[in-house]
Amino acid sequence: MTAPAIGADGFRTCQSTGRQIHAAAEPLIKANAVVSIVTLLIGATAALLLVLTRWQAVHLLPAEWYYRLLGVHGMNMLIFFIIYFEMAVLWFASTVLLNARPAAPRFGWFNFGLMMLGTLMVQWTQWTGRADVLFTSYPPLKAHPVFYLGIILFAVGALGVTGQFFATITLAKREKRYEGSMPLVVYGAMTAAIIAVITLLHGALIYIPTFLWSLGLIETIDPQVYRMIWWGLGHSSQQINMAAMVAIWYMLGALTVGAVVLNEKVSRSAFVLYVLFISMASAHHLLVDPGFGPAWKITNTSYFMYMAVLASMIHGFTVPAGMELGQRLRGYTNGMFDWLIRAPWGDPGFSSLVLSVVVFGFVGGITGVTIGTEQINIIVHNTLRVPGHFHATVVSGTALAFMGATYYLIPLIFQRKVAFWGFAKLQPYLFSLGVLLLSMGMTFAGSFGVPRRHWDNSFQDAMFDVEMSPAVDLVLAIMGIGGVLAVIAAFGFIAIAVKSVFFGEPIGTITRGTPMVGVPHGLTHPPTHAADADARNEELHAPARGWMGPTPGTVILVAIFFVAFMTYYFTNWKLLAFLWRVG
Amino acid sequence: MLTKVHTGLDPVPGVWWRPAHKTEKIWVAIAFAWCMVLFAMMPLWHWKGGQNPSGIRTRVDPQAFYARTVAFAAQHQVGMDRGIPIVAPPPGSDIYLTALSFMWYPILQLEKDKEYTLHLSALDVNHGFSLYPLNVNFQVVPGYDYGLRVTPTAGGDFRIICNEFCGIGHHTMVGRMIVVDANGATVADNATATLQQEGRP
Repeated sequence: MTAPAIGADGFRTCQSTGRQIHAAAEPLIKANAVVSIVTLLIGATAALLLVLTRWQAVHLLPAEWYYRLLGVHGMNMLIFFIIYFEMAVLWFASTVLLNARPAAPRFGWFNFGLMMLGTLMVQWTQWTGRADVLFTSYPPLKAHPVFYLGIILFAVGALGVTGQFFATITLAKREKRYEGSMPLVVYGAMTAAIIAVITLLHGALIYIPTFLWSLGLIETIDPQVYRMIWWGLGHSSQQINMAAMVAIWYMLGALTVGAVVLNEKVSRSAFVLYVLFISMASAHHLLVDPGFGPAWKITNTSYFMYMAVLASMIHGFTVPAGMELGQRLRGYTNGMFDWLIRAPWGDPGFSSLVLSVVVFGFVGGITGVTIGTEQINIIVHNTLRVPGHFHATVVSGTALAFMGATYYLIPLIFQRKVAFWGFAKLQPYLFSLGVLLLSMGMTFAGSFGVPRRHWDNSFQDAMFDVEMSPAVDLVLAIMGIGGVLAVIAAFGFIAIAVKSVFFGEPIGTITRGTPMVGVPHGLTHPPTHAADADARNEELHAPARGWMGPTPGTVILVAIFFVAFMTYYFTNWKLLAFLWRVG
Repeated sequence: MLTKVHTGLDPVPGVWWRPAHKTEKIWVAIAFAWCMVLFAMMPLWHWKGGQNPSGIRTRVDPQAFYARTVAFAAQHQVGMDRGIPIVAPPPGSDIYLTALSFMWYPILQLEKDKEYTLHLSALDVNHGFSLYPLNVNFQVVPGYDYGLRVTPTAGGDFRIICNEFCGIGHHTMVGRMIVVDANGATVADNATATLQQEGRP
């Protein structure tokens, strides 16, 4: 089987989905995805060494290298891996999903070059000890000017690609590459792009003066103002992830189980709430800071009365409900959970989706809202509970969703079979189990007062002894084991991606209805809906079915979620009440 | 009226601004109500609760703050531990604690159930105030004076762990704070304070 022919207009037709894919778009998607995986490898290697250091019984690295690699881990995971992948998502959503051509692909390569240059500059300064200021680089801690310049160049390149995303979707509309409104997944990607603009502008606003300060051209940077604006980059960049992740949830749902959109109005409004309110979350890092009063803290930390939490709770319903309804429309109608039990659990795209939703929601989401409460933050700030929270969101949420998407990008864009298929089926389970243990270990250790970003929990060289509870050793061991499992799964994922992309077997012809090694279930058995789906949909929505409507299983699931949320939230208030009086 | 069955990958022709099903409406209403509860809890705790990060917040010159701390320590010094003065200020007064790489200065000796205004600031870079094992955490920012009204309700020999990265010696930065009863006797030692921690999730 030869590769599908590229037409005179630059498009080829995808054999699995029938989509029009442009020849100039594919290499941009590929390049960003590949570099993303390379930075993931660097970040994961650092992660392994770090977790084996914080696991006090192992305590591997010397102090200097612990702090250095902590900075390397932060930059590679939270900025490089995730933003390169998002660039791939933006190119994918604006071209492949709209059957469109990319706007100014050569400018895309220029931006990619800028980002690469910035990446190399940051890596050089960090690995050579010229930027031992950790990921946050709070002044007056000072790094080499090349470190700040590298971040600026990277941000400018990313901003350029974001601009090209808007140009491409405009072009697609003008050239009538699709009819009606853009698909929900592209709408979600657009949300991510808008948040990216807000985020990257914050980055420029803070890193340009900091760069000038490092050159000696500006005398001082106010440490508190820096913290406020920097978190407009640091936290908001994780909100780009979240919007991209939710878009990928809708995409994976559609590809694996034929998830439908229950109501476009509801889902799109939720995305709008993200755009309007999510960037206020920079305040989560400043709740016990001296520079801000209670009114400022309450307004901002709550995203103006929790409007962004409302958005996430809406997606937390509509994503599983869309999957349930999609499955019911395809005939899985028995009982409450037949649709879920008989889902393709061996499809790594599907298992990634489910585990991402569950861990992001139950662990990352609930802990995030709770510890982002103004007063509760007193018992959380800068303890290990903070990384306990964001590893559940960014790693088992976003990174896992991106991995799930990669299992589909490999056959659809790279046109290769997924290598090490047997392991690939298990990989999402191993990864999320590892992250879950890591996250819980960190959370419990943090509740005992174990600090984050700290080399030695035995406090051997400290001026005064610190007696840790023996329980801390136990939870740190759980963290360590979880971290090692997660890193093994991450290395496994990287091996799968590299082998498939560079040495993989071409996909060949997909025979529908026959399972194939290396091809996800959603491609060999496309989850299409029968011709009478609309009539069935009317039936499922009939008022006679009562208030649980067409998706009773999801109603049960969100009820469990809501009880867990309330329990965790009020337990933390209770714990806070035991403290000294402070105000 | 429902839109045609479609996935998130399909463009949506026509008007999609349609009423949601009752189930979705109920969930959105519950989520909205919960968001209002989450929001209301914070002002409510300012009004009724005992733990708030409000404080008296002013800008301060780091050198001047440190000088004030040193003068305060000299005025109320009652002892010395590892070269750092132990300071017993009168209840109700303004007390000062400076974070500097890599120590907390001075050692404060407070009385149980008495209120003090604890001024926190840093001389050089950002530091993190973490009272161990109670787990009370505040950010300490150079150039800013964070005046927190604290009432120790439990006695003991506490540690102050620095939990904001402040340089290569960050993990050695541990201070001490003592809480005694009105007669000057230590009401509990660190081991007892550790025990209080046991029941936490």
